[in-house]
Amino acid sequence: MNRDNDKGKTLINRTIVWTGIQFAMLLLIIARLYYLQVYQADKFSTMADENRISTRILIPPRGEIVDRNGKILAGNRQNFQALVVAEQTTSIEETLDKVKRILPLDEAEEKRIKEDLKKYRRFVPIKIKDGLSWEETSRLLLASPDIPGIVIDDGLTRYYPYGEKTAHLLGYVAAVSEKDLQRDNDPLLEVPGFKIGKDGIERQFEKQLRGTGGNLKLEVNALGRVMKEIERVDGKPGEKLQLSVDARLQEKAYDLYNEKGQSGAAVLIDVNSGEILAFVSTPSYNSNDFVNGVSSKIYDALLSNERSPLLNKAIAGQYAPGSTFKMIVALAALEDGIITRDTKVYCSGRLQLGNHFFHCWKKQGHGALTVEEALKHSCDIFFYEVARQLGIEKIAAMARRFGLGMPTGIELAGEKGGLIPDKEWKMRTRGEAWQVGETMIAGIGQSYIMATPLQLAVMTARIANGGRMITPTFIKKDRKKEEKTPLLNVSKRYFDMVRNGMCAVINETGGTAYGARFDVNGQKMCGKTGTSQVRRITLQERQSGILKQDEIPWRYRDHALFVGYAPQDNPKYAVAVAVEHGGGGSSVAAPLASKLLQEALKLDIEDGK
Amino acid sequence: MMYKPYKLGLHNPNLTFREKLYLLNVPYFLLISLLAAIGVMMLYSAANGRWDVWALNHAVRFALGFTVMFTASMIDIKLFLRLAYPFYFATLVLLIIVEVAGYTGMGATRWIDLKFIKLQPSELMKIALVMALAKYFHGTTLQTIETIRGIIPPLVMALVPAALIMMQPDLGTAMMLLFTTAVMLFVVGVQIWKFAALAVLAAVFTPIGWHFLHDYQKLRVLTFLDPERDPLGSGYHIMQSKIALGSGGVFGKGFLKGTQSHLNFLPEKHTDFIFTMLSEEFGLIGGIVIVLINMVILAYSYAFAIRTTSYFGKLLIIGLATNYFLYVFINIAMVLGLLPVVGVPLPLISYGGTVILSVCASFGIIMAVYINKDTNLGKE
Repeated sequence: MNRDNDKGKTLINRTIVWTGIQFAMLLLIIARLYYLQVYQADKFSTMADENRISTRILIPPRGEIVDRNGKILAGNRQNFQALVVAEQTTSIEETLDKVKRILPLDEAEEKRIKEDLKKYRRFVPIKIKDGLSWEETSRLLLASPDIPGIVIDDGLTRYYPYGEKTAHLLGYVAAVSEKDLQRDNDPLLEVPGFKIGKDGIERQFEKQLRGTGGNLKLEVNALGRVMKEIERVDGKPGEKLQLSVDARLQEKAYDLYNEKGQSGAAVLIDVNSGEILAFVSTPSYNSNDFVNGVSSKIYDALLSNERSPLLNKAIAGQYAPGSTFKMIVALAALEDGIITRDTKVYCSGRLQLGNHFFHCWKKQGHGALTVEEALKHSCDIFFYEVARQLGIEKIAAMARRFGLGMPTGIELAGEKGGLIPDKEWKMRTRGEAWQVGETMIAGIGQSYIMATPLQLAVMTARIANGGRMITPTFIKKDRKKEEKTPLLNVSKRYFDMVRNGMCAVINETGGTAYGARFDVNGQKMCGKTGTSQVRRITLQERQSGILKQDEIPWRYRDHALFVGYAPQDNPKYAVAVAVEHGGGGSSVAAPLASKLLQEALKLDIEDGK
Repeated sequence: MMYKPYKLGLHNPNLTFREKLYLLNVPYFLLISLLAAIGVMMLYSAANGRWDVWALNHAVRFALGFTVMFTASMIDIKLFLRLAYPFYFATLVLLIIVEVAGYTGMGATRWIDLKFIKLQPSELMKIALVMALAKYFHGTTLQTIETIRGIIPPLVMALVPAALIMMQPDLGTAMMLLFTTAVMLFVVGVQIWKFAALAVLAAVFTPIGWHFLHDYQKLRVLTFLDPERDPLGSGYHIMQSKIALGSGGVFGKGFLKGTQSHLNFLPEKHTDFIFTMLSEEFGLIGGIVIVLINMVILAYSYAFAIRTTSYFGKLLIIGLATNYFLYVFINIAMVLGLLPVVGVPLPLISYGGTVILSVCASFGIIMAVYINKDTNLGKE
């Protein structure tokens, strides 16, 4: 009985202990709640927002690039793309098979789609193909009820209405690379599908054209599905960029080359403002091919083309200026006083220096010539002799004043500076002393001298405008603003003589480019032909009779050059034309330049200027 | 004086229905109903403000549970005593059936499909075992209890079903059975040193037991020890639970406004993690209210136990209340990151059929004991 009592007492006592333990444990829970919800509340609130808020960057529309008259050179257009949402399909394979019947997919594309499907969650739309044509889009839309999971989406994509014609000017936009990401920390670059200017104007003016990205804060659930929009901060669209280029002249210049499949470059420049009106390099590529990633087929073809379509020959093609350099030599000689307007040099067809003979292009010689006549006939002997007397340093100094030998600073990456050699340069690079013979060859624009078509255009413009040091630009200038361009300080009389010579080249019988003359309402062209030797003519060849240009392989033929301006009295436009391996300047380059200048003058009349 | 003699506990009375109704403790049932109502409300929120997904079902189930509770409370305690062992063995047989021909759901074999309801014998066992143990200790002397031989039968009674449940595998329920048994052994007076010895043995055999755990169970324990070990993998649940709860702050984000739960960052928000959701929406205040209601229910229960005359009745209440406490504590401690995620629901609030029924039955039995508090069951 006693033990029974103990049994009951023990039960009560221990029950009280156990109850106490339970309450203590529940109080522990309250303490833990306090710790999590009060002490650590801030930390978890932040984590909760990180969980649920997903910030997306909105891509601003890229600024349009327009020509001087407002015509679109680079714009944005609707881009239709086909997407697949795995979650909405009954079977991915089946859907892709059906899509393939409408949209042919190559192996690489299919591989990428499969990889993307593995990488992303099932509700994330995966790109099948973009840049769909109207036909493809409408066929897909028509078939879409039978293809579960297919989505057609339209976004903005860059397009270049002039394609090849403006490629070397505008460049192109393409997907962001690792390198771009290192250079630029704009968060826009990390947005999938964002395109960045890779070349040309698109690259140079990237900052203005790009604009500023907007922000979209979205509430997402645990699976990443968007539930609602929390906040939207609109970005700033890219700025519109107006170029100095005239689309009509650009097109014309390109077509002139393209008609005959010629390779080369042409630059048409306003002699008073430095604005570039046409800027082509041929053959070209199509900027539109690069926007969505260039296919290896197209790219390989571009790379293997011996006429290097990817090279911007207008700024990176360096040619010996040949006879187009003779104006520089003439100006140097006139300024130095070695010659005057009436000084005559006798051309017998060849000139001896030591035991070496220098030949004029005209075997039988030109007879006695003044500087104007020497330009008209492009007599080599005259310039050999004048150069010999001047020395390389004075020639080089004059060349540099006209913008040769250094980049012009045009708004494009990859510009080459050409080369104006002097004694110091030769010693530095070759470790040899300068030879008189080299000076003489320099006098006719050969030897080491190199210039880009853009430099030649700038040089010509500075001759045409009477020595105002305009700088070339692609940006349209405000006409109301009068700008002061520095002067070259070369006497106007000398310019007149040189220009007389250049006008005689075109407009007088016997001029080397007489065939290219024109008369548009009394407006005429003046200019100078040039031939840039690609290969030295050997003694053996000279003895056995020089081969005609079209008898030797294309890549050994000379480059044809021409620089010119118009109208003759009050010049407005200067042009430089290079036709690679085109043969003679007078037969190939001059007509091309002539047609381009005529077009420019005609358009001025049409536009009522 | 005013009472009839049998009401003083001197007799072995048969109470009438009216007398039973009169003796029934109404606040106790109200508190239980309050929890169920909170459950309905939270399930309405969990379904993003829809009745038809879980909330309505839960209400219907509680209505059924309430009926079970009330019915159980009207049963005469003598019947419990008489049927304790048969009920235990019947449940054990059911458990074995589950092992042999059980219905497989959620990767674990826990149910017998009786067409209209999926019966979970392990839930039934929680009541059956407590009842059987209460009956056993009711009939033993303190001397016997204090001997090793005296505690072997209850240990066997507990270990056999626990092993069967562990094999299903349902670690949570098995642990609850064993823990309830341990508590009952403690309150009946088994010496403290025996528990100490058992703890030492457990420490020794834990590494061996580890070997027998399923991989997912091992993972749960590891994750519990360091939830940030793999925040996107198995630690995800605990981490997300803490984020949801912590971000609720003192006052919560408001009803239906818990972002983490509604955006599904919180897993199992309608079952095991419903307390987290409640704490996200109602903050610290809401959480404390839930804990306090449960404390009051437990306080009532133990007061009933102390007030009850019969040893069997006392022990029956203590065992069932302990069982309920374990549910609440394990569930909340689990979502707070204090215990590994073992899959124990918060009774009356979490969505789920069998638990609400078994818990209601338990409360009904507790009430039945209380109604029969003065019944003298003798010593067998």
